[in-house]
Amino acid sequence: MSLTSTSAVDPAVRFEPALMRRKLSGTVFYGLCVMAVGILLLALVMLLADVLVRGLPWLDWDFMTGGPSRRPANAGILPALVGSLMVGIIVGVVTFPVGIAAAIYLNEYASDSWVNRVLQTNISNLAGVPSIIYGILGLAVFVRLMELGSTILSAGLTLTLLILPVVIIASIEALRAVPNAQREGAYALGATRWQMVRGSVLPAASPGIMTGIILAMARAIGEAAPLILIGAFAFVTFLPNPFTGSYTVLPIQIYDWARRPQDDFAGIAAAAIIVILVLMLVLNALALILRARLSRHIQW
Amino acid sequence: MTSVPVPLTRRRPRSERVIETLLFLSAALGVLTTAGIVLVLVFQTLEFFQVVSPVEFFTGTRWSAGIRPYAWGVLPLVSGTILVATIAMIVAVPVGLLAAVLLSDYASPRVRATVKPLLETIAGIPTIVLGFFAVNFLAPQVLIPILGKQNIGTFSALSGGIIVGLLVTPLIASISDDAMRAVPRGMREGAYAMGATKFEVIRKVVFPAAISGIMASIILAASRAIGETMIVSLAVGDKPQLTFDPTESVQTMTAFIAQIAIGETAQGSVQFKALFAVAATLLVFTLVLNLLSGWVVRRFRTEY
Repeated sequence: MSLTSTSAVDPAVRFEPALMRRKLSGTVFYGLCVMAVGILLLALVMLLADVLVRGLPWLDWDFMTGGPSRRPANAGILPALVGSLMVGIIVGVVTFPVGIAAAIYLNEYASDSWVNRVLQTNISNLAGVPSIIYGILGLAVFVRLMELGSTILSAGLTLTLLILPVVIIASIEALRAVPNAQREGAYALGATRWQMVRGSVLPAASPGIMTGIILAMARAIGEAAPLILIGAFAFVTFLPNPFTGSYTVLPIQIYDWARRPQDDFAGIAAAAIIVILVLMLVLNALALILRARLSRHIQW
Repeated sequence: MTSVPVPLTRRRPRSERVIETLLFLSAALGVLTTAGIVLVLVFQTLEFFQVVSPVEFFTGTRWSAGIRPYAWGVLPLVSGTILVATIAMIVAVPVGLLAAVLLSDYASPRVRATVKPLLETIAGIPTIVLGFFAVNFLAPQVLIPILGKQNIGTFSALSGGIIVGLLVTPLIASISDDAMRAVPRGMREGAYAMGATKFEVIRKVVFPAAISGIMASIILAASRAIGETMIVSLAVGDKPQLTFDPTESVQTMTAFIAQIAIGETAQGSVQFKALFAVAATLLVFTLVLNLLSGWVVRRFRTEY
């Protein structure tokens, strides 16, 4: 195309083909974006459908109240379910004070010294350590050194160490969201630092903190890798004692069944998966409800 | 570090000091955890190296912990780990970034409020469930029909890798979405005023401006993929071999640790000591990636 001919053409027409092409590539890109999200949601739906189709026929009262068995038709998950709930409770009970205390220290007390910077960096690095490594730590410290044995207590404490960094990071976020005017108001009334934290900042941050703790408990209940090292691989037909004796938990029970080649074991594994997913759903709903209730009175 | 106001008075009752000490100890528990992990791994790894030479461990190309003659070359486990993580990232990076763009720049607030939690649900599914899905659905009903029975088995790096990718995709999508949304509106509007189309704004303005967050999310996802245990020990198999063929069954570092821990391995045996040496290697891999991600954020961050 020569110079004279281009200048003669109306600019709107001259840009038309290029603009069409640019808009077309935009549309193609948008299509790709929709496809990406579509693939993810499709995978989620397929997963749920596959688990439901396989598992629902096996899910009955006997399954919920029975113990493990070498024959799939007789197998149940009660010991594993109780084990998981006990582990979850231990995690919640220990994480609640320690996680909140650590977050309060890091956000409300820590001055900008090297010690505090080390603490902070350390916690974010811990959040990136693979979960199975925590199992090795738990095996060395809780099972052997403190001689707690391969028990639910050891499992709970190990998972507590695993989720503490996540809880602390979430709690710090919640504390950060509290406006400084709240703190200044408390000081103006003559509060000491702890009175300020307890009376003013902590109540305001509690919805975020509680949500973080419950979601972390859900994560702990779904976690299997560290517990392989804490001896959760037991054939337990009785209800476990949290402080002595062997135990198993839902994810490990699922793992045990899923590894067997027979189709029936895949069926009961799927049924156990339905149970654990429902458990997670309940915990997530609980977190939402609690958040809504706690934040009802908070207004800045 | 903190920007919260401090009390003007320096006087502190004893009770306040006790409380502050307790709070400090809670925060310091993390340091104890780190120290515990490092000490346990270092001591046990040193014990392992008294039986097996470090040279054989780091350069050997054969790993056999179960069948005599034993061989302790960690490279097959490392290659298995890298193979699975690479497949995972090939799935997760494009899908995660495209999903992030949809959430940050195309979706209406209502769509975003529904889709983002749904995607994050995937990351919240227990990984054992995802592993079950790989073995019972992806391999037998998708991969084997497509690739053929003679080319791929129930256990393969491909099947495990795709599902690990599915697990870490929401991580990339979520963090990258946050990073792209943090790009100020004015920069987008400036580009629109120059006549750019929406795709051009995303590609040439939003994406480069958010690159530090995006890269950090990808590195974190890679670190998660390397440390993932349950999916790989179910779906990838337990055949340590030095190969980069995705249709083969391999063994990752995490799957080896799980295998030894499940089995009736005596705690003083070489196999059990090898578990710690492999765990130490794994920790070094993830630690390097995590430090790298922090460095990328600091190095490439631009403030607006």
